[in-house]
Amino acid sequence: MAYSFKGGIHPDDNKTYTNNVPICVLDGVSEHVYPLIQHIGAPLEPIVEIGSHVNVGTKIADSEAFVSAPIHSSVSGTVKAIEKRLHPNGANVMSIIVENDGEYTIDESVVPKGKLEDLSPEEIIKIIREAGIVGMGGAGFPTHVKLSVPKDKKIEYIIVNGAECEPYLTSDHRVLLETPDMVLFGLKAIMRVLGLDVGHIAIEKNKPDAILLIKEKLKESEYEGIKLCELKTKYPQGAEKQLIWAITGREVPSGGLPADAGAVVVNVDTAVAVATAIKTGMPSIRRIVTVSGDAVANPSNFEVRTGISFETLFEKAGGFVKDPEKIIMGGPMMGQAQLSLNVPVVKGTSALLAFSSDMNVYDEDETCIRCGKCVKACPMHLMPLYLNMYAQERDYEMCEKYNILDCIECGVCSYLCPGRRHPLQNIRVAKQKVMEMKRARESGKK
Amino acid sequence: MADKKFVVSLSPHISTAENTKTIMLDVIIALIPALIAGWFYFGIRALAVVGTSVISCVLAEYVYQWFYIGFKIKNEKKTTMKDALSRAKSKTTIGDLSAAVTGLLLAYNLPVTIPYPMVIIGSVFAIIIVKQLFGGIGHNFVNPALAARAFMLASWPVAMTSFVSPVMSFSNYVNRINVTTSATPLSLLKEGFESAAAPSLYDAFLGRIGGCIGETATVLILIGGIYLMVRRVIDARIPLAYIGSFALLVFFFGSHPYNINFVMYHLCTGGLMLGAFFMATDYVTTPTTKAGHIIFGIGCGILTFVIRRFGGYPEGVSYSILLMNVVTPLIDKYVHPRKFGEVSKRG
Repeated sequence: MAYSFKGGIHPDDNKTYTNNVPICVLDGVSEHVYPLIQHIGAPLEPIVEIGSHVNVGTKIADSEAFVSAPIHSSVSGTVKAIEKRLHPNGANVMSIIVENDGEYTIDESVVPKGKLEDLSPEEIIKIIREAGIVGMGGAGFPTHVKLSVPKDKKIEYIIVNGAECEPYLTSDHRVLLETPDMVLFGLKAIMRVLGLDVGHIAIEKNKPDAILLIKEKLKESEYEGIKLCELKTKYPQGAEKQLIWAITGREVPSGGLPADAGAVVVNVDTAVAVATAIKTGMPSIRRIVTVSGDAVANPSNFEVRTGISFETLFEKAGGFVKDPEKIIMGGPMMGQAQLSLNVPVVKGTSALLAFSSDMNVYDEDETCIRCGKCVKACPMHLMPLYLNMYAQERDYEMCEKYNILDCIECGVCSYLCPGRRHPLQNIRVAKQKVMEMKRARESGKK
Repeated sequence: MADKKFVVSLSPHISTAENTKTIMLDVIIALIPALIAGWFYFGIRALAVVGTSVISCVLAEYVYQWFYIGFKIKNEKKTTMKDALSRAKSKTTIGDLSAAVTGLLLAYNLPVTIPYPMVIIGSVFAIIIVKQLFGGIGHNFVNPALAARAFMLASWPVAMTSFVSPVMSFSNYVNRINVTTSATPLSLLKEGFESAAAPSLYDAFLGRIGGCIGETATVLILIGGIYLMVRRVIDARIPLAYIGSFALLVFFFGSHPYNINFVMYHLCTGGLMLGAFFMATDYVTTPTTKAGHIIFGIGCGILTFVIRRFGGYPEGVSYSILLMNVVTPLIDKYVHPRKFGEVSKRG
């Protein structure tokens, strides 16, 4: 039986563009841009100056705060500038710009950290922190924070998320196929951190080759204790809360963290980053990016050094066959539309999609016919039609009553709406307002 | 490329191909088998009644919206009435086909002998009074077709209940003198189950019984209903809860308890199937939650049973659905899905 959750949708997954395209390593770009915001948490301060020389793996920005992850240079060269540049989130963000000298000299700090058996959990967490590893699925929560579970919470499940439920995306799929040992090693390292003997790796059924390969790998004695879970192909199967429920039958409490349900979820690419940091000492400076969409000439999977521009990636994918009208970082369901191609790849860039005008969806905002499709499909079991209605009326109290804060913004409601009403757009706005309202109320109490 | 402007919008960036129009089109397709049966059993006039009803519904919606939107544009843009009306022309909602569906459903609930002017008045009532005056599609609080039927039944009780026996030969189609009026099986049942005039269960299943144009052919309505479920336009909860609860009540508390044949007879007659699959599943006037659907269906089942068993009307399907339509906002207000994560925090 395949594991799954209640609700959800079955969009056309369009993965055949790239699921058989091996990962291709992309190098030789002159300018790399490292925005100082690549994670959720405290802002970073640059620790290099204009003109200073950096190597591959040199730490260039850090913060004292616990909830933060340092940034490293992915090339060797000189720091050309520290200035505001366009970030994938649409804002101008302070960034460090490094001119690549093409030597790729590896920094002396990059040394193998030794055998897994010899490392204590605390040491592994420290390695992960120093390597600047954040959730590679897109959200960018620092991994070491996720793994530093408070003493009062007992973690029983560690799940490597290979669901990759977003259409078009195949980067995790290719990673599973091409470097399964790294994924499993990363999982073992995290199991060691959490003191668990059992770990889960969850893969959606639309990746049968990856499932077969991992199944074979798990027969090796080295990977004892790791279980493979086949997931039903459904969106948003890879959403943290839905994945935990599918595998453990536990619900992450409203407003809580996965740790409250005794589970930790990490992305496939994050597990690889952890493995790399331990095996070679190389911090998080590379990532796998799927470049796809109907406007792209040769949809591909690339292994890139962070900081290269989107424009370069599209060029290497053969440029555009149709005039692109929308550029999306991430998947089509939750990704962010981009203002420009002159934006760097950050740690959370899992995919770049270019859609021509044929693919574009415009809001029509017809009347709600109360079909209830959004209610039945909402993976958080909310009532998006009423949330949308109250959000439009700016009745934020009713929004809160209808549990707007539990919305995970997966986009299922907007995808399904026969009136093309885009409930999520209004819900997002109202969600901010409700959070402000709640904060004001709480500070008022104190 | 550097200066190229891209479209920026919030996610999601893809959507289904399904829209209001395709949903309504599916409903129309699902209604076609029953239309063919109506034509086959009641002659060409059945098609004429259906045509009249559909055309008057669509026209009523068009004219109303044309003027309504026209006036709105006139007030907002401060232009002349003529200019406003020409701008409003393309903005009506008849393209979503919901008016056509209302027209079809209304005609399916009329006897074939109904005079055309009544059909037109009923259609206009359904569209203008029930639907448009409350804000158009998505805002009517009762099913327009059923409300219009109730209105017509109150206005012209004789014309609305003059049913004819099905005709099945071509000469009968042409020569309407041969048409004989007959009571519906359920009104015969009211008089007594063993009534000699009552048609067989088999006839009722195939639709060879007296009744409204589109309600008699149980088997063809079922096919349409299954089509809608396969296309995921409706889910099975409302029809199953409705039919199931009604059947149980008739089985245990009907005038002939513990008689399966009697239950089947009740299910195949009086427009129950048409009501359960096409009227009680109307999106606008039914709850949006799964639990709400079941409550709605059971409510319809109980009301239909009560009306048929104790009430004055032999059928009762339309009234029970109308009554439950009115309860819908209440159901939606109090029946919510249990939100994901509504559990106590683990220590």
